[in-house]
Amino acid sequence: MPLPANPAELTLADARDALRARAISSVELTRTFLSAIEGARGLNAFITETPERALAMAEDADARLANGDGRPLEGVPLAIKDLFCTRGVRTTAGSRILDNFVPPYESTVTQNLWNAGAVMLGKTNLDEFAMGSSNETSFYKSAINPWRAKGSNQDLVPGGSSGGSAAAVSAHLCLAATGTDTGGSIRQPAAVTGIVGLKPTYGRCSRWGIVAFASSLDQAGPMTRTVRDAAIMLQQMASVDAKDSTSVDVPVPDYEAGIDAGVKGLRIGIPKEYRIDGAPPEINALWAKGAEWLKAQGAEIVEVSLPHTKYALPAYYIVAPAEASSNLARYDGVRYGHRASNASDIIDLYEKSRAEGFGAEVQRRVLIGTYVLSAGYYDAYYTRAQKIRTLIAQDFARAFEQCDALLTPATPGPAFAIGEKSNDPVSMYLNDVFTVTVNLAGLPGISVPAGLTADGLPLGLQIIGKAFDEATVLRTGHAIEQAAGFTARPAMWWAS
Amino acid sequence: MAASKAASKYIEGSTGPWEIVIGMEVHAQVSSNAKLFSGASAEFGAEPNAHVSFVDAAMPGMLPVINRFCVEQAVRTGLGLKAKINLESVFDRKNYFYPDQPSGYQISQYKYPVVGEGEVMLDLAGGETVRVGIERLHLEQDAGKSLHDQSADYSFVDLNRAGVALMEIVTRPDMRSADEAAAFLRKLRAIVRYLGTCDGNMDEGSMRADVNVSVRRPGEGLGTRCEIKNVNSMRFVSHAVEFEARRQIDILEAGGTIRQETRQFDSRAGETRSMRSKEDAHDYRYFPDPDLLPLVLDQAWVTEIERSLPELPDAKKDRFMRDYGLSPYDAGVIVAERELADYFEALAADVEPKAAANWLNNEVLGRLNRDGRTIADSPVDAGANNRILKMMAAGTISGKIAKDVLDIIWSDGGDPEEIVKARGLTQVTDTSAIEKAVEAVIAANPAKVEEVKAKPKLAGWFVGQVMKATGGKANPQAVNAILKTRLGIPEEG
Amino acid sequence: MSVDKDTVRRIAKLARIALEEERVEPMVQELNGILAWVEQLEEVDVEGVAPLTSVVAQKLKMRDDVVTDGGDADAVTANAPLGEDHFFVVPKVVE
Repeated sequence: MPLPANPAELTLADARDALRARAISSVELTRTFLSAIEGARGLNAFITETPERALAMAEDADARLANGDGRPLEGVPLAIKDLFCTRGVRTTAGSRILDNFVPPYESTVTQNLWNAGAVMLGKTNLDEFAMGSSNETSFYKSAINPWRAKGSNQDLVPGGSSGGSAAAVSAHLCLAATGTDTGGSIRQPAAVTGIVGLKPTYGRCSRWGIVAFASSLDQAGPMTRTVRDAAIMLQQMASVDAKDSTSVDVPVPDYEAGIDAGVKGLRIGIPKEYRIDGAPPEINALWAKGAEWLKAQGAEIVEVSLPHTKYALPAYYIVAPAEASSNLARYDGVRYGHRASNASDIIDLYEKSRAEGFGAEVQRRVLIGTYVLSAGYYDAYYTRAQKIRTLIAQDFARAFEQCDALLTPATPGPAFAIGEKSNDPVSMYLNDVFTVTVNLAGLPGISVPAGLTADGLPLGLQIIGKAFDEATVLRTGHAIEQAAGFTARPAMWWAS
Repeated sequence: MAASKAASKYIEGSTGPWEIVIGMEVHAQVSSNAKLFSGASAEFGAEPNAHVSFVDAAMPGMLPVINRFCVEQAVRTGLGLKAKINLESVFDRKNYFYPDQPSGYQISQYKYPVVGEGEVMLDLAGGETVRVGIERLHLEQDAGKSLHDQSADYSFVDLNRAGVALMEIVTRPDMRSADEAAAFLRKLRAIVRYLGTCDGNMDEGSMRADVNVSVRRPGEGLGTRCEIKNVNSMRFVSHAVEFEARRQIDILEAGGTIRQETRQFDSRAGETRSMRSKEDAHDYRYFPDPDLLPLVLDQAWVTEIERSLPELPDAKKDRFMRDYGLSPYDAGVIVAERELADYFEALAADVEPKAAANWLNNEVLGRLNRDGRTIADSPVDAGANNRILKMMAAGTISGKIAKDVLDIIWSDGGDPEEIVKARGLTQVTDTSAIEKAVEAVIAANPAKVEEVKAKPKLAGWFVGQVMKATGGKANPQAVNAILKTRLGIPEEG
Repeated sequence: MSVDKDTVRRIAKLARIALEEERVEPMVQELNGILAWVEQLEEVDVEGVAPLTSVVAQKLKMRDDVVTDGGDADAVTANAPLGEDHFFVVPKVVE
């Protein structure tokens, strides 16, 4: 296989093979990405770069590769969302309150990646505590989408919350990145930056060591440039973990081996409730095209109904803030993180540390969450929302009696301008309208780049699968990817 | 009858009688190696923050995983309280900020506890039995500890206890006096110690009680209650209840009203005091902990635990009364501690049980109390006592000598038979030897002989003299009989 | 349902977030915007529906009662803003 002139052009799969074939060294590949990262600081994709650690890891990888005992991701440089705790490397969750927090432990997912031989390039930008759909709530300022509308110099958001990871993968600053997805935080940024983002089934990847946002919804997953790369990444990220009571002991199949199986004979459901008022016509057009592609490859297209879809987002905005209000109570300035100076007593210390440490959106969600759990409101809000979750999960169960996977748009529109939606929380929340149902029901979903808007901005299609059936999700996503032939690239306007 | 019993518990105020109503929430630490949701040690008394995992310190991204043994102990305790075991229960978060509570919430069980309704029977002095209903038992995490006396401006936080497994046992408001409250706590402690689920060590805080006290006019509805927090000894429970009831009665009789509040007991001053915290009204915002799934138990596992339960105090007491013929009082005292009951059974193996019970209560426990020891570290074991009792029963030694022998072994150790032999303590039953001693005493005290003939009740003086002359070894019955013949005292009846 | 300024002050207190007075009214507006939007959930008939307890179909895992953790007070207190002798130190708490 001939190497491209710029090794940053490699897919993860090709880089892995080239490393194994010793056509390139991990140090060489790592240096390539480190210099790309340095040249792309305008994208603000990284909160913390770890070049020394990256090179040390790359050297170790090269030694193993030289001995012929390379592991599945030996020498593969990755970017890590700054929500995964990394031992000895500052982990901020995009928040001032963790600005100087250095975990003395490593998250299970990242440990799995290092055990597979991967190399860490740095920690990527995100919405504060993963609360946001644009990366604008980050204490470290928003990451910037590498894509711009045709003929425009306007900076666009990379989506969120895994916006830094999405920007880094899209701009070829790494081979792949980790993300986390609570309501769409992998799939939505992937869609608006023209990359692949996979949210696995709840329980597939351990949550241990990932800064919690909403425990019943959070799930880690890969962000890559190809579906094959997502399969390779998930293979290593997934594990059953004795340290996470919600991680599930279901065998992890060989995902990469399964992606080429095609969709012939698969029944693909089209949920009619995903056709929403006011969505740009190109969204629905792309969706229809996706169905055609799958049909052309032998899939059977069936219309299905998910009647409670419209209630998913409001239910999410009760459940997620409720859990977050409790999960974020530990950030109190006592044991780690930001502590306000001049506190007169312990309550003052809590109130000032948290007011200074949390940004506006986090405060808003903590307050909403506190309110919906408070005495007299719990049943009206939280219990009702959890009942609606049951109905949503039942909708999916019924739909999956008729089909093997669902095809939907990934987002209601392309990337928007920085500042465009940041003053209207509800319109910002609507970005997750197609993705959030999947989290509420704990299902796997993938966003695959499938086309461009008239302005030349990427759009994605989403495949939703049955619980623990990532294999079908990847296989169907691969079919979309091949049919779409998405080769568009953002102009490298940021390169300095 | 019942009415008169209840009336006897009333407290007389200046305007008439009052009834005290008491309910309790007892926190009993599960005897486990590791904490409820983390692998850190649950052992008492380590260096600051030495028994703390990242989970206990609520570091970002840390998750709870439950300790199976703690669940088993909660079920075992529930079975010991004759309670319903809920095969499905839920862990909730109780949200509040406090430096001792690192995650900002305590994992507890709110709506669906692992153990439901049960009961504890109390045997009170005078033979009365009182049933105290158990409302529930649930598992929850202990908090850490703040030290306030290390500095004028700062508190020091140690999380060693944070996350240790507690069983919270909640009673119905079924107790009506300070004595009943203390008796309940004693009985509960006995049960958990029999079960081995909690060491019941109140000094180390392994068992603490929150006591709810209210008063009312007999026959009226429940009054407003005050909760006395963290009462940590049996004695303090009755003092706290007595003080608090009197305080409430005084307020009500002066025309005041009781404010529902949390109070603490100051054991030095012997009074309860309002805990006026700056906290606004609590709103714990309970919700199911999304890091955990519902706790679902197999009935088969519960049955297996039930089969492994030891004989508990009530059953043991019944058996002791039935098989050993003990009085309810004696049996009650003996079964209060499992070690004591075991000691008794070894002691009473082949001797008259009532004699064994008396010996245990009067001689062994008397000496232990005097020395501030417990049955577990008694210097003389049940076997040695049993042999002393057997020598006494066989008439080899007298009761007085038996006590002497016990004293000797108590302080110096040794073998009962050998001590009796070596020191020549064997009882004299040889009539001629006793007659000789009797003759000598009569000869030396002619005036007394005349007195006794007039007043036979004074014969005891002669018995004493003869016993003294024989160094206590003479068989008292033989001495009595010979004296009576010799002095011409008629047989009674 | 909607919140007023007193409610916002009360929940900010419960959440231990200092809210300066000039931020109370805007927060009332923002929270009411969200609450008005979630009100559509009241349309749904949830009669007889059990609230979701977990999306994971499995039994709660249990660990053995073995000490596997702790013993590293240095690591536990390494990030403490203020500490002494392995204690976390906070302004005096009055009990």
